[in-house]
Amino acid sequence: MEQLLNDFSFGLFFWQSLLFILLLILLGKFAWKPILKAVDDREQGIKDALAEAENARKEMQNLTADNERILKEARAERDILLKEAKVMKENIISDAKEQAKEQANKVIEQAKATIESEKQAAITELKNQVAELSVGIAEKVVRAELSDKDKQLKLVEDMLKEVTIS
Amino acid sequence: MYRVNLVKIITLLLLTVTISVNAQHEASKSAQVEKSHSEEGGDFKAEIHKDIRHHVKDAYEFVFFSNSKTGTHYGFSLPVILIDNGLHVFMASKFNQGESLVHIGGAYYKLYHSKIYKTDASGEIHYNEKHFVSNEKPLDLSITKGVVSIFIVGVLLFLIFTSLAKSYVKNGAIPKGIGRFFEPIVLYVRDEIAIPNIGEEHYKKYMSYLLTIFFFIWFSNLLGLTPFGINITGNIAVTFVLALFTFVITQFSGNKNYWKHIFWMPGVPTPMKIILAPIELLGVFIKPFALMIRLYANMSAGHIVIYSLLGLMFIFHSIIGSSFSFILAFLISILELLVAILQAYIFTILSALYFGFAVEEHAEEH
Repeated sequence: MEQLLNDFSFGLFFWQSLLFILLLILLGKFAWKPILKAVDDREQGIKDALAEAENARKEMQNLTADNERILKEARAERDILLKEAKVMKENIISDAKEQAKEQANKVIEQAKATIESEKQAAITELKNQVAELSVGIAEKVVRAELSDKDKQLKLVEDMLKEVTIS
Repeated sequence: MYRVNLVKIITLLLLTVTISVNAQHEASKSAQVEKSHSEEGGDFKAEIHKDIRHHVKDAYEFVFFSNSKTGTHYGFSLPVILIDNGLHVFMASKFNQGESLVHIGGAYYKLYHSKIYKTDASGEIHYNEKHFVSNEKPLDLSITKGVVSIFIVGVLLFLIFTSLAKSYVKNGAIPKGIGRFFEPIVLYVRDEIAIPNIGEEHYKKYMSYLLTIFFFIWFSNLLGLTPFGINITGNIAVTFVLALFTFVITQFSGNKNYWKHIFWMPGVPTPMKIILAPIELLGVFIKPFALMIRLYANMSAGHIVIYSLLGLMFIFHSIIGSSFSFILAFLISILELLVAILQAYIFTILSALYFGFAVEEHAEEH
């Protein structure tokens, strides 16, 4: 211990303290601070870049997911539209069919009515003509019959007979 | 680009200076080696012992190697700065390796066992009863080997880490060159030392300090492994400063909780609280003290072991013994490389731990 104390040199102590303080200040200002700052900046940069890449990846994933969702929705919509269109088509067709049926029925009905009325008219006309014809025939027959007395009698007789029978 | 060239030129200059110094003495040295071989004897061990002791201490000159027979040292001396009735500045070569007294400002100074003492005109050294020198010591602010070394470390740290900081600006958040090697270590200090021990919210303000001590200790330790004979962290004054900083920062960042845990430990019976308070208070000082001693002792021990093994190479004087000793020294050097960073790591993590204690918030009683 005493040997150590004896060896202790104040000069060296003085210069070492001076140099060390100087070194601390100079190195701190011109070396350690810029070095540590540069390293920190670089590490921060790497960290940021990694985080950014991760974000980009996530965004990409989201985008893909979105795309898929939109595609799915579009498909669903298309399906719905197609279905609706089908239903509509069927409705239109069935409506058209019904209408056509109705129309046809109506036409048929009308035709039937016309036919009926035509028939009635024809029948009436036929009746009239038959009546006229009968009257004419009857006139002619009566005229021919009434030209001879016997025959008149005979007619009366026949008529009478007929009346009784009927 | 300009700065890089400047650094290269300075390095080249330094190298050429040392080489030219060496070359001058080369001739005389080789002549002396022949003579010295014959005289080698028992005091060779003592000499190695002295060398080791000398090496782990601070010095007033940078000696790369010396020839004890001729007394020539290859290196350069450093300025001595004394404050003793005024400021005295002169080169350490005036001491002539402790042989001569320096007479300046009306006083005599003697270099004795790597320390400067004030003496009388005859240069007498007095001892006290514990065999320590009792001569008066002037206030010595010399630029010693240790001071030069810590300034080299400081400049190295500054150049390396400002260039790393700049490379971020230039290359856009990617380090380049030497920064590629140091950036992971900076991050390690942050992620494995600071954040786990101090906590996510407080760690930022301690980062400058932790990084500075970590790299300062590591670089100092590494510089100690170079063959220039530098021993920075094996100096008690240096480790004292480092520990002192940790101590001061810890006490100043201590919150209410920290002090409460020292003086009035919650959750234990009152008599225990009274017993614990002085122990805890002692602990406050023991912790940085242990930091100081641990670093100092580890690094000194490493240097002494390597030096001793290198010395053994010359003592053995045989191929087998010397090569064995060399291999051992080599392996210990590799181990010391590990110890260099390990001690820096331990000092830093313990400092961080103490800061963590100081700023910790206890939500629950325990």
